[in-house]
Amino acid sequence: MRLIKLIPDNTNIPFLSWRNVAIWASIALIVGSIALVAIRGLNFGVDFAGGLMMETRFSQPAELDKLRQTVATAGAGEGNLQTFGDPNTVSIRLPLPPGDDAAVQQVVGEVQAKIKAEYPDAQFRRVETVSGKVSGELIRDGALAMLLAMIGISIYIWFRFEWQFGVGALFALVHDVALTLGFFALTQLEFDLNIVAAILTIIGYSLNDTIVVYDRIRENLRKYRKMGIEEVLNLSINETLSRTIVTSIAMMIALGTLVVLGGSVLFGFSVAMLLGIVIGTYSSIFIGAPILLWLGVSPQSFLPSDAGDPEARMKARAAAERGQV
Amino acid sequence: MLDFPPWKVWAIALTILASILFTLPNFLTEEQAADLPTGVPSQQLNLGLDLRGGSHILLEADPADVAKARLETLEEIVRQELREADGGPIPHLDMSVRDGSVSFTVRNPGDVDRAVETMRAVSRPVGQLSAQRDIEVNLADSTRISVRPTAAGLAAETDAAMGQAVEVIRRRIDELGTREPTIIRQGDTRIVVQVPGLQDPAALKALLGKTAKLEFKLVDIDADPTMAAEGRAPPGSQVVPNAEGGVIVVKRRVLISGDQLVDSQPSFQEGLPVVSFRFDSIGGKRFAKATQENVGRPFAIILDGQVISAPRINEPILGGSGIIQGNFTTESANELAILLRSGKLPVELTVIEERTVGPDLGADSIRAGAIASVLATLFVALFMVMTYGRFGVYSVVALFLNAILVFSVMSALGATLTLPGIAGFVLTIGAAVDANVLINERIREELRKGRPVIASIETGYKEASRTIFDANVTNVIAAVIMFWFGSGPIKGFAIVLTIGIITSVFTAVTVTRLLVSWWLRSKRPQALVL
Repeated sequence: MRLIKLIPDNTNIPFLSWRNVAIWASIALIVGSIALVAIRGLNFGVDFAGGLMMETRFSQPAELDKLRQTVATAGAGEGNLQTFGDPNTVSIRLPLPPGDDAAVQQVVGEVQAKIKAEYPDAQFRRVETVSGKVSGELIRDGALAMLLAMIGISIYIWFRFEWQFGVGALFALVHDVALTLGFFALTQLEFDLNIVAAILTIIGYSLNDTIVVYDRIRENLRKYRKMGIEEVLNLSINETLSRTIVTSIAMMIALGTLVVLGGSVLFGFSVAMLLGIVIGTYSSIFIGAPILLWLGVSPQSFLPSDAGDPEARMKARAAAERGQV
Repeated sequence: MLDFPPWKVWAIALTILASILFTLPNFLTEEQAADLPTGVPSQQLNLGLDLRGGSHILLEADPADVAKARLETLEEIVRQELREADGGPIPHLDMSVRDGSVSFTVRNPGDVDRAVETMRAVSRPVGQLSAQRDIEVNLADSTRISVRPTAAGLAAETDAAMGQAVEVIRRRIDELGTREPTIIRQGDTRIVVQVPGLQDPAALKALLGKTAKLEFKLVDIDADPTMAAEGRAPPGSQVVPNAEGGVIVVKRRVLISGDQLVDSQPSFQEGLPVVSFRFDSIGGKRFAKATQENVGRPFAIILDGQVISAPRINEPILGGSGIIQGNFTTESANELAILLRSGKLPVELTVIEERTVGPDLGADSIRAGAIASVLATLFVALFMVMTYGRFGVYSVVALFLNAILVFSVMSALGATLTLPGIAGFVLTIGAAVDANVLINERIREELRKGRPVIASIETGYKEASRTIFDANVTNVIAAVIMFWFGSGPIKGFAIVLTIGIITSVFTAVTVTRLLVSWWLRSKRPQALVL
């Protein structure tokens, strides 16, 4: 049987020569994403905005404008409506009415009665209410979790490799997270707790890719002491290219299936993950590696003290001892 | 590479066998699983509320509320202690509850020391080890004494109140007849209630949101109605809103409270729903005495600060039981009876978060998740076989073993599978093949360098293992942080991800290596297509 080879053997693509274009493009994208988040904002779901959400399903594609008017007649304020995963499912978001839980019950009851009167086939599948206090905490915890994950992973890489690799990883992470946030600001897809989980997973996964490249860079730096740093980086990316692409495609196959078949609740989550895989793959090649060049990684970076590989450490120590004698 | 010691093979075989055994109960119905003989794994995977449908409700108590209630009881205690002080009652004036303390002025300066001693005797130590006490007694000036609950005392009070609240909530939910409610405290002032498969979450919330503090007080018939309408009452009385509109002025003194109730049932009188109640023996005696002394006067039945009804006492009620009439429906009478039976909440709780998933959505999510998982596995498997041939088949075997392992570990731990958890499962399918991709690519590279087959495979596994370890640690870091910060479903996702990452390293590295070594030993291949 002939096997598929997505990437031909012994590629020698000069990735590093595009580094200036890539880095400026990335910086522009990061700045653009931050601007988008700042200007358009994220479409916070009830988790983060607080309020009341009802997932309603109809037997035919929902007419959002008409439905919006129906919801408005319930007198519970301006409803924020959008389809959710598929055209038949609508998420209706309303501000929390003042007062206690009885007031919330009343609003839910009235809105559901109005919709039921207009669309007898409507099914109310999910109701969520989150008070302002809880949503504030969820925002804080979500942001803190993302920050901690990025810093924690960077510190791990710093210990396992060298500080330049830690910085490079951190930058690649900031890049991936910023672009994902920018995507959500651009598309105004609902941003909720699930998306934060997706971003945390992206943080873990995107680093996966970067580490594989870094690991090879470290190995090649030891192996080819005389080679120029740019060549080592290029060689390492090329050597791992096939793996990077194959794994990314496997992930995309799995996530693509989820996007199409995973149902309404998981839709945003799966889209975020899928996007994160693409961005993560790009950043591990075009961001993570070139940064090492700018930060001055050289074969000497791994000589004196290497915490990672005991074999190398022993060799280094032996070399040092010989030097003393 | 070739030498796989027999113990290792056995260990791997046993692990796989055990995992299959732990996965099997999930294919049985709950009843069948419960009937399994002891010793056989019967733990089934828990489904999260988002998959089985149900309600998740987060309740919060206001610590200020506890502090307020504490001050009220403290005032009672202070009055009582001053009345019953050693050496005779201590006359006092200007008793006030303000700024978190109870203060009063001792009428005779000679009594000050005795009053302070009496108050100090009231305080109790907080906890077993600390030297802190629950209240502190201070002299504001030469004759004014203030008694203030300490922060530690209030914290202990809140803690006790929350513990009681959990018990009360459990009794109330049990009354609804729902199965397997989860009621746990979260932090200092919160309680999470999770009730799966509930038909009517509104009924549940109606039960949770009410304090159910029942009090019987005499109606102040001498009060001026116009003053009452303005919210003012004569000294010793208070204005209470009436459930049917308007206000009623009642005496502050509580004749008897709901704490002494032993039973309460919905019932009918003259065709109208009413709630019957029965006091314990002490409460019954007090009730008899109070009604005897006040025949012909109206008394108010007050629930959570609202008068339900204010009937006239026609004759003394000596049997210790009675009925509450009011504007009840059958449902509200039943609800009140449940509330009274299960006791009052020691602290007012408000719903600050609620998530209810209907059973249809849950079922749809399971179906969608299952279809997506199966198809994703098949597609990825196909892709792996097309890319790596024989080695692809090995990684597919590892992939399926990994799926079984994840399920068995989750079943054995009694972990909860949530919808994001299913997504996490699909994700581990992608991540699980990554290890094999790394290994296979490395073997390809070694082969290209012209190394012999066995040496290439050996180097491939050795070199890739380090990378696999590093790359997966970052995933675990992210998952652990998610578990810490996440709530419900996200925690479920983090659990699946962590378990999946760990098991995938085992299946993708160790198990495939075993398969490869068997092949090498039996075929001794000189060339390898990869």
